[in-house]
Amino acid sequence: MDLKTLIPRMDALRKKLNRWPRSTRVLWRRLALFMAVVGPGFITSNVDNDAGGISTYSIAGAKYGYALLWSLIPMTIALYVTEEMCARLGVITGKGLSDLIREEFGFRSTFFVMVTGFVVDLMNVVAEFAGVAAAMEIFHISKYIAVPVAAIMVWILVMRGTARQVEKIFLIACLFYVAYIVSAVLAKPDWLLAAKSLVVPSFQFNAPYLLTLIGLIGTTIAPWQFFYLQAGFVEKRVGPRQYPQARLDVLVGSISCMVIVFFIIVCTAATLWVSGHHDIADAKEAAQALGPMAGRWASLLFAFGLLNASLFAASILPLSTAHVICEGLGFEAGVDHKFKDAPIFYWLYTVLIVVGAGLILIPGAPLLKILFFSQVGNGIWLPIVLIFIVLLSSRKDLMGTYANSTTFSVIAWTTSIVMIALTLVLIYASFFLGGVPGL
Amino acid sequence: MLHATELLGAATYDVLGNYVGRVRELFIEPADQPNRVARFLLARGKFQPLVARYDQVAFAVPGSIKLNVGEKSLEEYHANEGWLAVQKDLLDQQIIDTGGRKVVRVNDLDLAEHHINDCVELRVSQADVGVTGAVGRLLQGIASPALIRRIQDRLPARMIRWEFVNLIEPDPLRRIKLRVSHQKLAHLHPADLADILEALSPEERQSIIDSLDETSAAETLAELDSRLRQQIVEKLDPEKAADIIEEMDPDQAADLLSGLSPETSKELLEEMPQREASDVRALMNFEQNTAGGMMNTNFMLVGETATREEVIDFIRSNESDLEQLDAVFLTDLEAKFTGIVPTGRLLLASTGQTMNSLKSEPLLSLPPDASEKEVLKLFDKYNLRVLGVVDENGVPIGAITVDDVVTRLAAKVYRSKTKG
Repeated sequence: MDLKTLIPRMDALRKKLNRWPRSTRVLWRRLALFMAVVGPGFITSNVDNDAGGISTYSIAGAKYGYALLWSLIPMTIALYVTEEMCARLGVITGKGLSDLIREEFGFRSTFFVMVTGFVVDLMNVVAEFAGVAAAMEIFHISKYIAVPVAAIMVWILVMRGTARQVEKIFLIACLFYVAYIVSAVLAKPDWLLAAKSLVVPSFQFNAPYLLTLIGLIGTTIAPWQFFYLQAGFVEKRVGPRQYPQARLDVLVGSISCMVIVFFIIVCTAATLWVSGHHDIADAKEAAQALGPMAGRWASLLFAFGLLNASLFAASILPLSTAHVICEGLGFEAGVDHKFKDAPIFYWLYTVLIVVGAGLILIPGAPLLKILFFSQVGNGIWLPIVLIFIVLLSSRKDLMGTYANSTTFSVIAWTTSIVMIALTLVLIYASFFLGGVPGL
Repeated sequence: MLHATELLGAATYDVLGNYVGRVRELFIEPADQPNRVARFLLARGKFQPLVARYDQVAFAVPGSIKLNVGEKSLEEYHANEGWLAVQKDLLDQQIIDTGGRKVVRVNDLDLAEHHINDCVELRVSQADVGVTGAVGRLLQGIASPALIRRIQDRLPARMIRWEFVNLIEPDPLRRIKLRVSHQKLAHLHPADLADILEALSPEERQSIIDSLDETSAAETLAELDSRLRQQIVEKLDPEKAADIIEEMDPDQAADLLSGLSPETSKELLEEMPQREASDVRALMNFEQNTAGGMMNTNFMLVGETATREEVIDFIRSNESDLEQLDAVFLTDLEAKFTGIVPTGRLLLASTGQTMNSLKSEPLLSLPPDASEKEVLKLFDKYNLRVLGVVDENGVPIGAITVDDVVTRLAAKVYRSKTKG
């Protein structure tokens, strides 16, 4: 038999293939494009509202009511301007911030940025676990149980989860910030006054007011978030073509962060400030004082928000720090490596969590001092990092047409200098004026 | 042996012992000699910087260089794209360690001294990518070179021999001037090369894919994560991109193209030869997670009454990939799918046996719109290696191999890089 006649011609078959309906893939593509990019900006901005931040916002609301709300708009702009530069650096160069500092400013600069970063971040981790302890005390759970459990959870999450799962969990954690919106609504605030205070600036020229204002700004922009943000875009392989979506992500993140701050301040203003409880020391006291006034649910939700924020930051901070340091100094990094292949990465990560959580458990540990120094550390580290970011993002040879324009440079430098000056005042005040409320 | 960082900043004296300037940069001229330090840039404050050639250096020790000529015989410095600058292009930059198959960052370079006549030539022998180099960089200028050396001797070294170093230069013109080739990379396994590419920045990735031949590029792209793959293809010259896609399996090509913008994928398909393009086009019409999206259109098709010899002759006479040879598909005279003969069984069959008597039982097939789940179920239940996909008339249109199934499963178990 002639074999050839029995072999149906493939071309004829192919024609049949073309009859299958075209998929709906195209319709989803546009949405998928944005969803593929969303994440780093949104997550980073929300992690900003960590334990220290929530304390500061509660205090601002309790002490000055709605009066400080106007500062949120300039803060949103500052947050957006600085984060956008980092997002742009990541998207255009495809490199992390520590890589860029290493390549453009040499080994020694990188080393000092990394060592400072490690120390400052370690203190920040302590602050986050302190937040966990404080929140759990409201739920009547001892810190000797809560903190070790939290530390182990954080450790497992990162060691066992894939990057994509971890990001999903983090995105869900962002949603829990809604707890503060509910808390605020339960507190029945004067919405009209709140809205007016948001857009009409008002000043009081006395030291405590100004210090609270500076404290608000100081806790909003933390230096480590820039490394995390940029790494996020690099790992997601966001390229120049998707830069508009990345920028939108940063913008949405900055605004959503400030929306939460707004509700926290409104919540404490409507209750503590209105009823004359002007002097609270931290977020835990705020949550406790809320109970009699806005109801038990408002109080529990407030504490839950604090727990979520602290856990969230405690999960991100050690991992991000270990990554940044290893990348900058040229060690293997990443959880997909075995311990043997990336020992320094795993040691850094473990030390950050064990020491960070361990310090909280030492009876009589000077926690307030540690929180205080974590803010001071951020203050010292921020100017250095900000200056590197503005310098790098202005470089034409690195960024091409995406380099800062003259106008943007002016905005970026102004923002950075204002941020740096405010932070330095904050440090000065912390040392010589008896501290800043909430810190 | 010297470290490059010990010479950067070294005070330089001419033959009469007069101070000339400080070494600001070391240049290698790869066009001339791939590892020799050919020029020393000497900064002299407000005066025009000078350049000393390798044969003008009498000796070099940490922190100091002595020339064998007078200052007058040195040339003035003019920037040259063909010179590889140790400080600017190498220190702190990433390189590819082709031996260890990964991307590393250079902390320092070791320079071996070769005494020739009355001068000393320095040749780069290895790149220091470990803690020794890091400590050196940190202490340089703070502690004396001798002390630094003593500390370094106690630390574990991580060195990469210069022969195994592959430079990464994104600028194609400069790459030619510097004689940077990626030949060493073409010998790496595509999966290793893909890992390396993932550690690099987009421009660097692009430059490496650009320089690979189509087959290596296609194999490497197939190993990359889908988003990276799309980014790279979008930036390639369409003609080159089409050549690379042509080398890929049709199902992989279809996956890749359906991720691109409709205009780009149309353009690329037009660049491809008719036959390959229509294969890929057909596959692109199927949803990713259906049998149609998993199948491949390359498979062996023979009549069910053919004998073992006829089929083997046919296989030999047809150029076919090894992957297609897992099994032979059978049809009757109406082109309806009637079964599958695994090649193993074909091998063991006796002379003259017809395909009919060799086929696997039961007769299994799925329509192209069957879900991924149904496919997995059949593979699991019957321990399949190949499954036929048939259209509504029972005509075979594609084959799903166990490979395709593993890829899908892997994507579910861990964040697999090759999706589809």
